[in-house]
Amino acid sequence: MYKTIESSGISKSFGPTKALDEISFSVNESEVFGFIGPDGAGKTTLFRIITTLLLPDKGEIKVLGLDCKADYKKLRKNIGYMPGRFSLYQDLTVEENLNFYATVFGTTIEENYDLISDIYSHIEPFKKRLAGKLSGGMKQKLALSCALIHKPELLVLDEPTTGVDAVSRSEFWDMLAKLRQHKITILVSTPYMDEAMRCDRVALIQGGKILAIDTPQKIREGFSKKLFSARASEKYKLIKALKQFHNTLTAYPFGDSVHVTFMNDTIDDSLYDHLKTSGINDAYITETEAGIEDRFLELMNKPE
Amino acid sequence: MKRFLGFVKKEFLHIFRDYRTLFILFGIPAAQILIFGYAVSTEIKNAGVAILDLSHDEITLKLTDKIISSGFFKRTENLLDYNDIDRVFRKGKTKAVIIFEKGFGKKLVSEGNAALSIIADGSEPNTATLVTNYTLAIVNDFSTELAGPGNPNSIRIKPEVTMFYNPNLKSHFMFVPGVITLILILICALMTSVTIAREKEFGTMEVLLVSPLRPIQIIIGKVMPYFFLSFINVLLILGLSWLVFGLPVKGSLVLLLGESMLYILMSLTLGIFISTVSDTMQQAIFISLIGLMLPTILLSGFIFPIENMPEIYDYISMILPPRYFISIIKNIMIKGTGIMFIWKETLILILMTLFFIGISVRKFKIRLE
Amino acid sequence: MDNKVIKVRNLVKRFGKFVANDNLTFDVHEGEIFGFLGANGAGKTTAIRILSGLLEPTSGEVIVAGFNAGRESEQIKKNIGYMCQKFSLYEDLTVKENITLYGGIYGLKTSVIRNRIHELLEKLHFREYENRLISALPLGLRQKLAFSVAVLHEPKIVFLDEPTGGVDPITRRQFWEMIYETAAKGITVFVTTHYMDEAEYCDRISIMSEGKIVALDTPENLKKQFNAGTVEEVFIKIARPNISPIHNS
Repeated sequence: MYKTIESSGISKSFGPTKALDEISFSVNESEVFGFIGPDGAGKTTLFRIITTLLLPDKGEIKVLGLDCKADYKKLRKNIGYMPGRFSLYQDLTVEENLNFYATVFGTTIEENYDLISDIYSHIEPFKKRLAGKLSGGMKQKLALSCALIHKPELLVLDEPTTGVDAVSRSEFWDMLAKLRQHKITILVSTPYMDEAMRCDRVALIQGGKILAIDTPQKIREGFSKKLFSARASEKYKLIKALKQFHNTLTAYPFGDSVHVTFMNDTIDDSLYDHLKTSGINDAYITETEAGIEDRFLELMNKPE
Repeated sequence: MKRFLGFVKKEFLHIFRDYRTLFILFGIPAAQILIFGYAVSTEIKNAGVAILDLSHDEITLKLTDKIISSGFFKRTENLLDYNDIDRVFRKGKTKAVIIFEKGFGKKLVSEGNAALSIIADGSEPNTATLVTNYTLAIVNDFSTELAGPGNPNSIRIKPEVTMFYNPNLKSHFMFVPGVITLILILICALMTSVTIAREKEFGTMEVLLVSPLRPIQIIIGKVMPYFFLSFINVLLILGLSWLVFGLPVKGSLVLLLGESMLYILMSLTLGIFISTVSDTMQQAIFISLIGLMLPTILLSGFIFPIENMPEIYDYISMILPPRYFISIIKNIMIKGTGIMFIWKETLILILMTLFFIGISVRKFKIRLE
Repeated sequence: MDNKVIKVRNLVKRFGKFVANDNLTFDVHEGEIFGFLGANGAGKTTAIRILSGLLEPTSGEVIVAGFNAGRESEQIKKNIGYMCQKFSLYEDLTVKENITLYGGIYGLKTSVIRNRIHELLEKLHFREYENRLISALPLGLRQKLAFSVAVLHEPKIVFLDEPTGGVDPITRRQFWEMIYETAAKGITVFVTTHYMDEAEYCDRISIMSEGKIVALDTPENLKKQFNAGTVEEVFIKIARPNISPIHNS
């Protein structure tokens, strides 16, 4: 299969900080590939290398079959890039922004309207409004339209959902899903674990290293222990008590419950006894399915 | 090309949308000129003159009478000798001293010419100019009358004008070259560097770099609108100063505009250079203001004459482009000299422009680092 | 329960004709972790500014930490702490300098500040970082320090704005444990966030839409009430019923 991106052993340092450490991965044509990791994991650096804005210190990378260094001019014509801060001109209107990006990439709004129509139609009623006056969700849609206007083969979205409310975030992922039909490969980064489920494949990234690459489902299944969810009315006490229990491997707050793993993967009366002596009488513990975040935690704790 | 034009259009949109800045860019030079123009009156009434008549004959008395009775002047004192001149100016009431040489009337009748001196108080350049001009007109009138209608050139009074306190007569005309020099470097260098730094700060530069736009197109696209704006500003300042104080351009207007374009270009390349070394608008503004505005105002001869500066400042000012432009523009506008007298300064500006273009293109990154 | 640290009755805030807060009524209890959610422009920011004494309500009664939000805003400011994700600590000052600065701002005695610095650094295993610039600290540590500084003066209420957005999962857990610990001490934690998974950690959450509070309950009850698996689904069902949530699996 043709690989849209193929990279091996990419490293990049800024002074003493190693932003990327031997990153290797490949992205297939027309897939939605997600880089999931916290701030400072190296996502932006990696995306800047992919978009030819930075050169790696070490390693090989080919994007759309082209070399990022030698063929950067050719490559830049075929990439749609949306940086972390939405790259919009706040003092231009919605329409002017879109028009500008269209001309810069040598096209017109009309020519590729079908590609952006799903997205742009949401904001078209406000096309005379200054981009600076749009809400976060609308800015995000406009920035996406601008990045798509020249029909790129590869769309690179750096944290497109940061600072946007849940409804807009959800809409945004729906739009990306629809773009698949246009055979555009989409690379997206996010610090939010739950968004991993909307990608075809994801790479978990932390401290400049890739922890895992797979489909979201397979990554969840990679969780090596049985996971239990514990609830009690006094959560802080519960966490402390669980952590003190001799059989506990990990105990982390997780939303309104506590996710716990045990060395022997089972719960018995000794646990409830322990909780009772710690003053917790209403503990309710069930087995639960691990999510991406659970697996991420597990991978972070794994000694190298 | 379409790509490039689209970029230029966007730049113009930025400029026109930020109408406050635009207003300041055009409003400030206009306001400076207008305020200055109206603050100085172009009429005089009862200006104090003192007469030092070393001849005391019929003709000198007649001429004195004509001057005093014109209504423009008022006699403050009759002086007895040259030593009184300093004293009378110190009192402050006297704006000019008119001196008739010894045997003025006799010489005029026998030889057909005589010398008259006007010494004006140069500390008020505007009044000094007006007083001398009015006096000269009256003297001229007088000599024509005296000669009679038959042969108007038979009698010539040779007036000699000297300025007390301010021998070079730095007048408000000097202000106009200063304003042009300052405003051009301000618009060009400051605005260009800020607009590029803004793209970096808002992250739009990342997308521009990833786009097929070439760096040179981005640079020229940024520079073009400001080139136009600055040129219009030059025309505005020249036009206003002509309208308001009738400031003439003594030399060639074409040469003046040509030199202005060169200076604009130089300032723009300087602006791009500043932007390559600053990552935020704040830095760009800082470098432009502290690094350009202050030296331009203080060291380029705009306010303080370079000749009077300690030597070290003279050397420092040599690296400042405004110094050369002020010299060029004064030469053309006020002295009316041609390219022969300013080719050195012009050459220096051209070299500076090439220098800044050179390093800017080298420093302008096709990547983020 | 009469330990209400925030008591809001019929709060209305208008800007000209625009009604930013439309008749809000709610209570927040002592030691509670209260999530305050809403889409962009729903009126959250206005409400928080009123609660923290920065804006005066148009009408209604707002009592924060026992003081009236309109008349006694200076008293309120002494009794609240604030931390947001983007700015909280001065990056070009050291850890110690930051703590000293905030201690000073809130009028703590020098000896008290010295003790607190000591306690804090011990607790966070921060000893070695004492004289390091904030900009040289890892993100997670900065976040934890920012929170500790926000509660340095032992306020009655601490306001947190997207406290764990973008931090790694482990730091996030440690951060929430700190929040739980703070709440267990009786300090009320008022969390605003865009991220619904963050909301799941709260004891109770309220969801604002177009200036009104449209839902207020524990995450568990809300999920039951809206027949949803996550708070995110609840939120989307309230805000725009025809959109699928992030988890469509």
